[in-house]
Amino acid sequence: MSSMNYSFNQPSAADAVQRLTARSGKEYWRGLEEFVETESFQELIRSQFPEHAAQWSNALTRRQFLCLMGASLALAGVAGCSPQPPVGKIMPYVRQPEGMTLGKPQFYATAMDRGGVATGLLVKSHEGRPTKVEGNPNHPASLGATDVFAQATLLGLYDPDRSQSITYLGQPRGWSSAQLALRKALEAIRKNNGRGLRILTETISSPTLADQLAGQRKGSVAREFPEAKWYQYEPTHGDARLAGARLAFGEDIDTVYNFFAAEVIVSLDADFLAFPAAGLRYTRDFMNRRAAARDAKIITSNETTQSGMNRLYVAECMPTITGSVADHKLPLRPSEIQNLARALAAELGTADIQPPEPLAESRKKWVAAVAKDLQRHRGSSIVISGNGQPPIVHALAHAMNNVLGNVGRTVRYIEPIEARPTEQSGELRALGQEMQAGNVQLLLILAGNPVFTTPADLEFEKHLQNVPLRVHLGLYTDETAAQCHWHIPEAHFLESWSDARTFDGSVSIIQPLIAPLYGGRSAHEVLSALVEEAERPGHELVRSYWRKNWPRKSNATDFDWQWEKSLHDGMIAETAFAPKQGLKLRLDWDKPTAARSTSTNSLGASQTSANSAQPASEPLEIVFQPDPTVFDGRFANNGWLQELPKPITKLTWDNAAFVSPALAEKLGLSQTFGSSGGEHGEALVDVVELTLHGRTLEAPIWILPGHADDCVTVHYGYGRTLAGKVGSGVGFNAYQLRTSEALNFGTGLTIRKLDKRFTLACTQMHHSMEGRAPVREGSFDEFVANPQFLEARETEEHRRFQRELVPGRGAESKLAEASDADGGSKPEQSKLDSRLQPLSLYPEYDYGPPKNKWGMSIDLTKCTGCSACVIACQAENNIPVVGKTEVTRGREMHWVRVDRYYKGDSENPATYFQPVPCMQCENAPCELVCPVGATVHSADGLNDMVYNRCVGTRYCSNNCPYKVRRFNFFEYADFHTESLKAGRNPEVTIRSRGVMEKCTYCVQRIRAGQIQAELAGRSIRDGDVETACQQACPARAIVFGDMNDTGSEVAKQKAEPLNYGLLAELNTRPRTTYVASLRNPNPELEST
Amino acid sequence: MSDQPLHNTAQFSTPAEPPLIEPGYTFASVTDKISVIVLRKGTPRGWWVGLLISFSLVSLLLYAVSYLLIAGVGIWGINIPVGWGFAITNFVWWIGIGHAGTLISAILLLLHQEWRTSINRFAEAMTLFAVACAGLFPLLHMGRPWFFYWMFPYPNTMKIWPQFRSPLIWDVFAVSTYFTVSLLFWYVGLVPDMATLRDRSASRFGRIAYGVLAMGWRGSAYHWRRYEVAYLILAGLATPLVVSVHTVVSFDFAVANVPGWHSTIFPPYFVAGAIYSGFAMVLILAIPLRAFYGLEDFITQRHLENMGKIMLATGLIVGYGYFMEAFMAWYGGNQYDLYMAINRALGPYWPAYWALLACNVVAPQVLWFKRARSHVAVLFVVACIVLVGMWLERFVIIVTSLHRDYLPSSWGMYSPTFWDWATFLGSIGLFFSLLFLFVRFLPMISISEMRTLLPDANAEQAAEIKSDLTKLP
Repeated sequence: MSSMNYSFNQPSAADAVQRLTARSGKEYWRGLEEFVETESFQELIRSQFPEHAAQWSNALTRRQFLCLMGASLALAGVAGCSPQPPVGKIMPYVRQPEGMTLGKPQFYATAMDRGGVATGLLVKSHEGRPTKVEGNPNHPASLGATDVFAQATLLGLYDPDRSQSITYLGQPRGWSSAQLALRKALEAIRKNNGRGLRILTETISSPTLADQLAGQRKGSVAREFPEAKWYQYEPTHGDARLAGARLAFGEDIDTVYNFFAAEVIVSLDADFLAFPAAGLRYTRDFMNRRAAARDAKIITSNETTQSGMNRLYVAECMPTITGSVADHKLPLRPSEIQNLARALAAELGTADIQPPEPLAESRKKWVAAVAKDLQRHRGSSIVISGNGQPPIVHALAHAMNNVLGNVGRTVRYIEPIEARPTEQSGELRALGQEMQAGNVQLLLILAGNPVFTTPADLEFEKHLQNVPLRVHLGLYTDETAAQCHWHIPEAHFLESWSDARTFDGSVSIIQPLIAPLYGGRSAHEVLSALVEEAERPGHELVRSYWRKNWPRKSNATDFDWQWEKSLHDGMIAETAFAPKQGLKLRLDWDKPTAARSTSTNSLGASQTSANSAQPASEPLEIVFQPDPTVFDGRFANNGWLQELPKPITKLTWDNAAFVSPALAEKLGLSQTFGSSGGEHGEALVDVVELTLHGRTLEAPIWILPGHADDCVTVHYGYGRTLAGKVGSGVGFNAYQLRTSEALNFGTGLTIRKLDKRFTLACTQMHHSMEGRAPVREGSFDEFVANPQFLEARETEEHRRFQRELVPGRGAESKLAEASDADGGSKPEQSKLDSRLQPLSLYPEYDYGPPKNKWGMSIDLTKCTGCSACVIACQAENNIPVVGKTEVTRGREMHWVRVDRYYKGDSENPATYFQPVPCMQCENAPCELVCPVGATVHSADGLNDMVYNRCVGTRYCSNNCPYKVRRFNFFEYADFHTESLKAGRNPEVTIRSRGVMEKCTYCVQRIRAGQIQAELAGRSIRDGDVETACQQACPARAIVFGDMNDTGSEVAKQKAEPLNYGLLAELNTRPRTTYVASLRNPNPELEST
Repeated sequence: MSDQPLHNTAQFSTPAEPPLIEPGYTFASVTDKISVIVLRKGTPRGWWVGLLISFSLVSLLLYAVSYLLIAGVGIWGINIPVGWGFAITNFVWWIGIGHAGTLISAILLLLHQEWRTSINRFAEAMTLFAVACAGLFPLLHMGRPWFFYWMFPYPNTMKIWPQFRSPLIWDVFAVSTYFTVSLLFWYVGLVPDMATLRDRSASRFGRIAYGVLAMGWRGSAYHWRRYEVAYLILAGLATPLVVSVHTVVSFDFAVANVPGWHSTIFPPYFVAGAIYSGFAMVLILAIPLRAFYGLEDFITQRHLENMGKIMLATGLIVGYGYFMEAFMAWYGGNQYDLYMAINRALGPYWPAYWALLACNVVAPQVLWFKRARSHVAVLFVVACIVLVGMWLERFVIIVTSLHRDYLPSSWGMYSPTFWDWATFLGSIGLFFSLLFLFVRFLPMISISEMRTLLPDANAEQAAEIKSDLTKLP
């Protein structure tokens, strides 16, 4: 069978519908009659409608059933817009009256599983249609926040490109015929004890699925097919993390960090603020600690009592959001990290560590200062290593945490949350060998896209052809589906029951909000249908597993109550893993004589001589990382994520080969901005040919300040060929260079500049603040010395500018300085940004109570630039996607953008982020110039946009100093795709072409909150209204509320001395203000 | 009161100055010479060629506008920092060109500059066509042009009015008023000539058409008297409009807070610029027309020279404007303004800025020399350069100010697309098409007014006035 050559046509549901509708009326019914006679239909009836099966002998009821079938077939076409409630009981989260009130959204707790880790979510549902994803405040990994992926998953749910029918060799098939065929094949395998059955999944933490696969019960794969094997592979999996723990402790463990208790943090290439597992939680903890220190409060946590601002040191190659908020960042090639870790460990006095190779003088200084700082904070520090680093670095981090006494304080070890921790690249290799040898009869690929994501050297696609029967379950008919005989549409996680563990081990039940739009099935259901005696629905599978395995002993009635409570809460109480006791650091893993771990050999100890700069001819290093927006490629067809400017680079719709400015200069590479859009749109870059061990790849380059020298970073996940209408043919496929020897980084890369240019869409190419200080920043020490230091610095800057510019002004400004100096006579008000005070001949409009005075404050110290706010806003406000070409023209539509500025040299600049929504100016320049009054002020001080009054002169945008207004140059909103309509927020207008739009402070939420308060007969309280961006922000950097309410958080923040208005000197009196960014550099390293 | 006649003093008191009309003409020969262009059978081939080229550009315009209405303004190169591009540049440019007509007709009339007579008719026509072209652009640049009437204060059931603080609303009033008054002024001036054409037309259609347009003009003394009063009143009305229109247009920029726009110098400097470009356009039209139709006797060297002098004067004012902009950017001590000034000169659009200075400030300096002023080709070339320069000026003001304003994160670039160019060139085509039709069907020089320039008329008039004066107490 293996020699058979199938032609894999693109399966298409449209084909099936077309064939059915092609038949004219009479024929159609005859066709149906015939269809009913088939065995597969009988089987379908038996399996799906057992209660009706008996009726099929009765001609009369059969006729009735035919009527029903006819109707359902006719309705199948409109299934996308008539969603049904999911099977199984689900619990609304908020205090809602029983049942659903039309027009009133309900919230359900569920969880999103990415890379085998769950993040708790609350999903908003309008009449049964999920319309917005929000974080679950009760969930430890979310605390109410979400990342970009969770926000964008809503679009994924309604993606019209998702596969919509079961296919065999590209031809549509019914579920029953698939089930029959596969069961038949499995019967044959069962005779051999299941030899030849292989199941490939992504990382699984779901206890139910693990039980179905490996559990020792009737109906599990392990029991029915004892010799079957279950493999896991995920391109982003942290093999090294587990291997490092094994090195250090001799067993599999996961590490959980408490960043709230940590005062000094050293990250060894770990982008912990963006970890899939706990990035949201870590961001919250880290930033809370940071801001709390600023607010001059003494922190009392369980472990320690501290004061002062925490300090973050990051050594990394590709600039990440973690590195960008670091107090000290050291750009290093990944291979250099190991030596740095050794040097640091040696400096800290870790025993039995191989001595580091000599470091350059500047690095030595760095290491010494960091070590000193760590030692000053024993028990309240963290050394954390990144997934891309070899096991030895992880082991070194463990050793350092041990020697610093952090374990049990800021670091705790728990059981791995993966159901079966394993070295996935090894498993994949084993599977490849088995396939090559012809030992695999049936390969069941349960989600994932291995044909696309597996390392190039394993030739997965080639070996796959040796498997006689290949079955793929997936959301899309992707690259893997095209290589499999059977493809079964997978149910989206918002459509199916499941469960998953979060970073601390606690279990979330994933409950669906909607019945599968395209008839998909979950992995649970597929396994049940193929392996178990009787197919069971997902709800029953999950529930029955937990009925048996509920963590606390309980009787049946108790279980029902607890089950519903856990659905409501979004997690099962008390399932978090307890810290592992009795772990002992082994001391034999890094003896000077010991051979280093094999997986590090290609990372080359010989490469680590840090001080010697490589000449251009010498091979370079290459780093592989998942893309910040499309991840490993699974989100490639998600327009929101494609168009989201990537946190540091601000690139959209493409990946690139990132190089440092020095390397670019050395190789003669350049990037310029094009004439359409320019700095805000079109980037013209050189294209290079990357060659790594005989494999070549063409890629556009991107020169990135702060990137480590002599190395190139590529993001994998792009270059999909069968992603769908949005994601196919976008970017280049970095997996083509990724081999199992160099999964995360490797050496031996050569670059050849090609005589080609490529256009990239970048929303912000301009790096510098041009001496304008839109982001005000300073150090914690300055702040402690003088809380008003920024105001003072601004004034001094301004005077200096004037003095230098116009010689005559010198005397004038000296006079002013003198009066400042002797008086100190400034009014008390001057603690605040004086530019925000009213400055008008006319009487002020009275925004006083009982009206609300809405305002926003954005804390730039806390902002990591993660961009969750951008996607949250997009989902909440029905913001359209415009496509790459339009982005190159500077026309992206995001209502809130995150500006990124650099300060300092391009080798290692300080990076600042500034989210910019509408400032809701009290003196709004946009309102003055609108000829038709389409943008006007509301009584509570909102700058409202009246879409249906707008004629589109764009004058308001020209006159907006913040450039936050967005214009529908074309008809960007998709008025035609049926499935997308269901996912829109019904409370926000879809804008037509020729209309200006902008941030409204989520006015629909404000009004809903006001109505709610009015119904309750009270005034609105702080926290009643949260904007979408505020809600999504993991750092809680965005605060929104009523400035008239002196107790509100926003009023408090605005009273802080670091609060300032962006461009407030224009007398716009912005309602959105910023809290200046504070960092806490180590005085000993000031020069770095 | 002296015995000096009110009119034509220049002609007699300074005989050294070249005459406004070459000697040897009589009333009849002037009428013949001008009306024959309209009334003769057969059209010169050159006219057809010109119309064909212009009309093909009109077709391009129609094509571009149709696509614009189907797809949206996104077909142009505009984007978020640069919300206005070619459309508003063209609007301001055309409005500027439209200034010369009324200036020549009204202000020079009130100032007794007789030399205006032979050029005022087609200058007025040019004004109308230029304002028509200008009017297209604000309409087309709107995101939803079908709602253009929301700009007007018309009573409606929603009781919504335009937002009167917006300079765009002032624009609507200023431009529409200007167009209306210019049209009336032009038409009133045409009435006696229509009657002449009616009387001379050989074809029945011509007689009827010109007859209707002549509105029963019989040339009686009453008619003439009322005509002159009406003409003077209209001139009085039009005069402030010349200043107001471009002042209001400049408010579009001056009122905004964009560095490079927000400047009090804009109104006078825009008006000067408008006159500057208007006279350039009159020269560009007059020079080929007088050659083609043999009108050198009517549009004389002296006319051309005078227009050259006005261009030089307004060019100097405009140059002063540029200088003051740069000076105030420095002297004002505002970092945004300073950056704007530097960015204009050295930023990505530097070629446009330096080209504008070369065209508008350097090129007209040759007009200091009488030899250059009296050289037709030189004048023509300078006028062309000035028109390009004035277009560039608007482009520089709009685009370079917008593309880098306050927040560096939002800086961007603008580059025109094919559709931008198509609309721009199309509007030029429209302008010239209308002009070709005008010279074919209407007298391009005012016959009745030209006749007043003849010595005969003057003798009569002088006598008349003298007798009038003697009646005074």
